Formats: sequence, C-alpha cells, structure tokens
Amino acid sequence: MAVRLGFAPFRGGCLDAIAEALRGAIALIASWDAQLAGIVALSLKVSLSAVFFATLLALPLGAAVAVTRFPGRRTVVVLLNALMGLPPVVVGLVVYLLLSRAGPFGELGLLFTPPAMVVAQTVLILPIIAALCRQAVEDAWIEYEEQLRSLGAGALRAALTLVWDIRYSLLTAVLAGLGRASAEVGAVIIVGGNIDGVTRVMTTTIALETSKGDLPLALSLGIVLILLVLLLNAGAYVVKEAAQRRYG
Amino acid sequence: MILPLKLERVAFAAGGREIVAPLSLEIDAGMSTIILGANGAGKSVLMRLMHGLLAPTAGSIAWNEADPKRVRRQQAMVFQRPVMLRRSAMANVVYALEIAGVARADRRTRATEALKEVGLLALAERPARVLSGGEQQRLALARAWALHPEVLFLDEPTASLDPSATREIEAVIRAFDASGTKIVMATHNLAQARRLGDEVLFIHQGRLVERSPIEQFFKQPSSAEAAAFIKGELPWV
Repeated sequence: MAVRLGFAPFRGGCLDAIAEALRGAIALIASWDAQLAGIVALSLKVSLSAVFFATLLALPLGAAVAVTRFPGRRTVVVLLNALMGLPPVVVGLVVYLLLSRAGPFGELGLLFTPPAMVVAQTVLILPIIAALCRQAVEDAWIEYEEQLRSLGAGALRAALTLVWDIRYSLLTAVLAGLGRASAEVGAVIIVGGNIDGVTRVMTTTIALETSKGDLPLALSLGIVLILLVLLLNAGAYVVKEAAQRRYG
Repeated sequence: MILPLKLERVAFAAGGREIVAPLSLEIDAGMSTIILGANGAGKSVLMRLMHGLLAPTAGSIAWNEADPKRVRRQQAMVFQRPVMLRRSAMANVVYALEIAGVARADRRTRATEALKEVGLLALAERPARVLSGGEQQRLALARAWALHPEVLFLDEPTASLDPSATREIEAVIRAFDASGTKIVMATHNLAQARRLGDEVLFIHQGRLVERSPIEQFFKQPSSAEAAAFIKGELPWV
C-alpha cells in the first residue's frame, strides 16, 4: 500500500516536470532570447561551414574514386565506407591533439575557437559525403560510361559531366553530412570546450544544461535542432522533386 | 578517310569465356554492313571492339589513320538504349559537339540542323530525359548526325521501340546512308536487315560464319547456321 501511494505521486511529478520543461521551452522559443539565438546562430555557422569545406573536398574525391581504376582502389572504397562511422569523440580527440599547443598546428592558436570546431566537423563528415558521392557517381557511371567514351570524353571531363548531371542526387549526400555535423556533440565539445558565448552550440548546450538541470533551455534547443533538420530536409526534398520533374 | 577498318585475328574473351573467336575482316566505305546473329552471338561485342569501347584480347584493329583523335572524331555510335544527359535535347547535341572540339560559334547552328534532320526541332528545348523512347533514339541519331561521322555504328537501335518509332529511326538511318556515312548496324531482325543493309556479316556463337551480299544471304546462304537462323526467324517462308 505504501509503495503504491509513493509511486503514484512520483509518476505524476515526473510528467509535471516534463510538461513544465516543455512550457518553458516553448516560452523560450517564442521570446527568442539573445542567448538562445546566439547558440543557434553559432551552431548553424559552424556546421554549414564544415559542410561547405567537406563538400568542396569530398565531391571531387568521391567522383575520382568512382571513375578511375588504380591498384588499391578497393581498399580505398572500403576505408571510405568505414570512415562514415567515425566516432565524433575520436575525431575530436585527434583534432584536439593536432591543434593543442604541443601539436603540429598548435601555433595557429585555433583550439577552443569556432574554426577548430569547423575543422573537426569537416574531418568527421568528409568521408560521409565522399563515400555517398562515390556510390552515386559509380552507379551513374555504369549507365553513362559507354556513351561518354563513345563521344570522346576523357576521364576528367566524364567525371565533371557525371557530377553535374546527378547534382540533385548528390544533395542527399551533402544533407547526410549536414545532419551528422549538426547532431554530433563529441567532436565540438572536445575541440571547442563549450565556452559560454564563444564555442557553445546547440548540442553541447543540451548536454550541459541537462546535467545542470536547466531542462527548459535544453529542451527548447532540442526542439529548434529537430525543426531545423526537418526544415532543411524538406527543402532539399522539394528541390529534388522539382528537378526530377524538370529534368527526368 | 579513316576507312577501311582492318581486323586481324581479333578475339575477345572475358571471364575465361571466348565471346568473339579469332576473326579477320575488312570494313570498307560505301555499302551498309549488317551484323546479323541471334541474341548472345557476339554482335554487340564485335561492334564495341570496332568502335574502340573494348580492347581485343588478341589480334589487332587498325584504321586507315594513325591519329587516334581523328579516328575517334570520325565515328559515332548509337546504342540500343540511348543515354541522355539531364539537360535539353538541344544541349545534349551541343555537348557532343563541344567534346568533338567544334568551335563554340558553330555548335548551335549544327545542332539545330541535326535536330531538324530527325524531326525534333520543335522539341529542342524539352529536357531530353522526358522525351519518349523513340524520340530519345532520334535524339541519339541527331547527336551523331551533328558530328558528321564517316562511320556510324548502330547497336540494335530499334530493339525496344514500337513499329512507328522504328520506321522513323530507319528513315534517319537511310538519310545517313544517303549522305555518305558508312553504316555498320547490329540487329537480329531479318526484315530490318533486308530493308537497310547491302551486305551481311553473320555471327554465330562468336564466330564469323558468313559474309555475303544481302540478297544472296537470304536466297542461298552458304552456311548451314545461317540457313537455320533464317528459317528459325522466318518459319513461314
């Protein structure tokens, strides 16, 4: 009897706490206070920069691996695929070691700054975009190869034509990279240090505030994060659909 | 002139299986050559060897021209399933001209002329991939036409098309022939071979069994395999 009596209020209290946190979160989002806005802005800046640089490097890399034949190519393909699952904390640790004062790039003084976070996330998502791009270009290459060679296109020309022709499919690869970058905590918390107002992003704030017990802020950031990812994916879907209808 | 094309003891094997047995032949300008045979006889592979998409595993293939760039430039190929880039019909033809090194200023004029030739001018700005199968194949022919090749290879160009689209394609192939382009076409369709060909190369299980003028091939084939193939394809004759 005593157990039942003790148990019921506890459950009710738990739900109350969630409801209260949710109310607080919605109020926070509605008021869009400076702290929240700053964190969201920095998150977007870091992740979008990482996606930009990773895409710039990964698309040519993926396309080159797709259309060229060289000894050890299989190993490279397996490695690229395996690196898609790189643990963020390990990437964070390695980039930390490279950027720390004693490390080879210590003189740049990047550790615990947003650029360090961009570097870590770029390393993290580069294999994801490259591996997905490699797969997409290789599939297209099977379809286009004879025709392009018949027309007299060289390897470089063929690769550029392919990448351009399947650009809307490659959007999916880039989005996968963006999803990974915006959702990870491990890499940015190690190289960024989660410094308030300097390197604090959505995911690191959620981790910190949850452990501190400030659930409304953590929850409001969680909601914003999910909404942003949803919005980006919906946008990409619409663009891809429209392109499919337009170009076949 | 890149013709004649000489194949000497050319063979092709893949995965330990001989697909084309050693064969020697010469392809000259003029007559339309039909490569005839059943599915899997090795027609497509032979044609790809000639066009340079495959390298022979034995023997040699030589054009009457040493410069590989000129050799590539003077031939075109139309495949069973045309592969179009995701851009307009016009842009697909322009792309081929660009790769062929045609001056930018001339590309559109030549592409327009080629699209007109195949009857696709009205659809020039349509995305190529949303055209019908027959239209896409005509676009593939326009892409070849714009290049003014000396030799045109066609690999079963109408195999997946309906009769009316087939007639349109055949009309364009005749126009190529009339303009002086050498036609080398693979088909298993006897009626089509008869309509378009001057001579037949009959391939059976990877071997060149017979080479005869078209009328003679149908009236009195010199090989038992060819006779059986004709009978099998046209059992009512």
